[in-house]
Amino acid sequence: MKFHLKVWRQKSCNAPGNLEEYDAENIPAEASFLEMLDIVNSQLTGKNIEPIQFDSDCREGICGNCSLTINGIPHGKGRGTTCQLYMRNFQDGETITIEPFRADAFPVRRDLVTNRTAFDRVMQAGGYISERSGSAPDANAVPISKVIADEAMDAAACIGCGACAAACPNGSAMLFVSAKVTHLGLLPQGKPEKNRRVLGMVRQMDEEGFGNCSNYYACEAVCPAGVPASFIGRMNREFTAASVKEMIGLNV
Amino acid sequence: MTLESNIPDGPLELKWTNYKNNAKLVSPANKRKFDLIIVGSGLAGASAAATLAEQGYNVKCFCYQDSPRRAHSIAAQGGINAAKNYQNDGDSVFRLFYDTIKGGDFRSREANVYRLAEVSTDIIDQCVAQGVPFAREYGGLLANRSFGGAQVSRTFYARGQTGQQLLLGAYAGLSHQIALGAVKMFPRTEMLDLVVVDGHAKGIVVRDLNTGEITTHAGDAVLLCTGGYGNVFYLSTNARGCNVTATFRAYKRGALFANPCYTQIHPTCIPVSGDYQSKLTLMSESLRNDGRIWVPKRKEDSGKDPASIPEEDRDYYLERKYPSYGNLAPRDISSRSAKEVCDEGRGVGPGGLGVYLDFSDAIKRLGQKTIEERYGNLFEMYRNITGENAYERPMRIYPAVHYTMGGLWVDYNLQSNIQGLHVLGEANFSDHGANRLGASALMQGLADGYFVIPYTLGNYLTSQFGKKVDQSHPAFEQALSDTKARVKKLMDIKGTKPVDYFHRNLGLLIWDYCGMARSAEGLKEAIGKIQALREEFWTDLRLLGTGDGINMELERAGRVADFLEFGELMCLDALVRDESCGGHFRVEHQTPEGEAVRNDENFSFVSAWKYEGDGNMPSLIKEPLVYEKVKLATRSYK
Repeated sequence: MKFHLKVWRQKSCNAPGNLEEYDAENIPAEASFLEMLDIVNSQLTGKNIEPIQFDSDCREGICGNCSLTINGIPHGKGRGTTCQLYMRNFQDGETITIEPFRADAFPVRRDLVTNRTAFDRVMQAGGYISERSGSAPDANAVPISKVIADEAMDAAACIGCGACAAACPNGSAMLFVSAKVTHLGLLPQGKPEKNRRVLGMVRQMDEEGFGNCSNYYACEAVCPAGVPASFIGRMNREFTAASVKEMIGLNV
Repeated sequence: MTLESNIPDGPLELKWTNYKNNAKLVSPANKRKFDLIIVGSGLAGASAAATLAEQGYNVKCFCYQDSPRRAHSIAAQGGINAAKNYQNDGDSVFRLFYDTIKGGDFRSREANVYRLAEVSTDIIDQCVAQGVPFAREYGGLLANRSFGGAQVSRTFYARGQTGQQLLLGAYAGLSHQIALGAVKMFPRTEMLDLVVVDGHAKGIVVRDLNTGEITTHAGDAVLLCTGGYGNVFYLSTNARGCNVTATFRAYKRGALFANPCYTQIHPTCIPVSGDYQSKLTLMSESLRNDGRIWVPKRKEDSGKDPASIPEEDRDYYLERKYPSYGNLAPRDISSRSAKEVCDEGRGVGPGGLGVYLDFSDAIKRLGQKTIEERYGNLFEMYRNITGENAYERPMRIYPAVHYTMGGLWVDYNLQSNIQGLHVLGEANFSDHGANRLGASALMQGLADGYFVIPYTLGNYLTSQFGKKVDQSHPAFEQALSDTKARVKKLMDIKGTKPVDYFHRNLGLLIWDYCGMARSAEGLKEAIGKIQALREEFWTDLRLLGTGDGINMELERAGRVADFLEFGELMCLDALVRDESCGGHFRVEHQTPEGEAVRNDENFSFVSAWKYEGDGNMPSLIKEPLVYEKVKLATRSYK
């Protein structure tokens, strides 16, 4: 197959960037999108053009490292990560625009590589259960109903790629944050720190420059892990309850 | 040089208990005086960093990914073993130990494996306390499934994403410690050398992958948790970035590399579809619980639509050859059997390199809904990659490189022969022998990080009071300038071929000569070809751009340069091990039915290789494997 690419090239974080045009030729239909870029990079190297820098690692849809906006959609059309997108889903001769994930809190490092460390800092603000290795009771000591465990797993499935924030017109990370708040908040082990967690994570999210949720549902539409936007409502309720407790002077 | 494994005295069941009772302790006031360097943030690295920081040490943790949460442990699908015996099906610590030793074809160290089985139960408790959402029964208790090489159900799982959930648990613990200031995290930072001062590992050289800056870090001990070297094959189920550099650089600084030829070829991967391909995708072994593996009995049928091949014309070869384990035969045996039937011309799909994994019986028995619940995401992934619907048409699978049992040599303390250098998880050699059983990698990574190193590190650290070394020591200067020179040398080649060319060709060589079947003749040929390819690499590599800032081709070039040396060591090890065992199958040593023939009399040892300088043959140091408890037996799954 053959494609015409418009690719975002940017030297460094503070340098200006622009879309460069390249032709991708002799691309097998079975190749993944990233393999198509590998081929293009080999061709560019042959022409003395520096290869396009883009992130990827596991290439099986779970590490959350790949982060391309393809024709305006984070991870491209269909539900899945960029690495799970195959060229057979495109038309021969199609023009494809490739940009990095864009959000205020995700500055571009170079070309298609973005800095998503904001997500790590949000996690550090409460996305854990405080426990000490070796102090845990027997794993079956507290039964957890299958329904709760399954829902917690639905939330825990988030891969932290950031497509939600990149898709949101407000650059909001609420789907990401709500997934962790829901995962841990549903489980009995996570309840003792529930209030501290939601307050800490939401405040850090604001500090990082992520926007608010105004119900576009773009996050849910692009989420490769299928995390539902209903978790955002759940997080808002938890946040309100925790804020009220804090406001009236209760310890959280 | 003799190797001291430092296995504690006493009966096998009491060794670890005795060890813990007598291990040297570092008091809380002294813990904060020690700086620890941990390289890697997968299950082993993240769990060690979180636990050691929690105990009061100052930890610096490094990973090449943009976040510790993306380490490749995340991609493990199927599950984690533990001898909980929640199913009341006869499991015990001894059985898990025995299955693991036998699965490894009696080439692992007994005491280490017993300890692994012993702490396995604590891991499940620990992970549940962290909030890992393991699968549960309706009554609220934990569910289990069975995995290859075991006749009990002892595998805990979180859908097909167990590795992800366990890693996120460890990452959460790590994040907590980062927030408390106990761990300083360095993402997108790659270790390029080890600093050894008077025989002790005291620091590392790293490159900041964002800025290209090369710096050193000093510490009282160095822990390498850097995973395996499967990417020497180019095509593997490993992530693109997985590499041998950290362990290989340590090897070049004097650490012994043990059993590099022991690699695991996983039987259930999606077959290769073309030469542009960048990686292979694994389908969890758990699929073998319900899927049946077959190929047509006759060559002529291999091109036919599988639905048109009647039951009597199908060969369910694993069920036929290994009736008691059937489709759950261990990985090495299943992979080899698949290769055999394909070599006979009975393989299916493009190039005849595939076998069927068929769920139609299971769907009939349990209904599609149950199958969807158990493996939905895997079926989805298969459909996405191949464009085929496995509910209607059997999956096609073929073996692919997945895990490496070899690694840096360590003693019972997980310390290498270089004092202070500790090696955890897949990066060490100790627990899986010549073949790893499914769901045991996650177990080992977490065992090492949560429950072994926190006890064993004290033995080294208590000898290091007042012996701090800082970066002004000449060894740091030397390692730093060596590393800078090496990066410059790569940039200065200015040849014509991209990194990819060398990596792909190396991968093909290793796969052909040091893959599922190996021969003395082939291995000798491979060594010559690898040397030639390496020569070509250092004269004809083309890198564009500079060493400053993000340059992923440069990162890859450094890794491939190490693979080009390491691949030769791997072939040498395979050549010297003149027997078949586990994943190491020498065609010269097989039964008439094609089963591996071990040679316990001459090869019951660990091969530990010592670097003797570029261009010189490394020397082989043997650690004899002494079994107190188990009797060496021919491994049979019939």
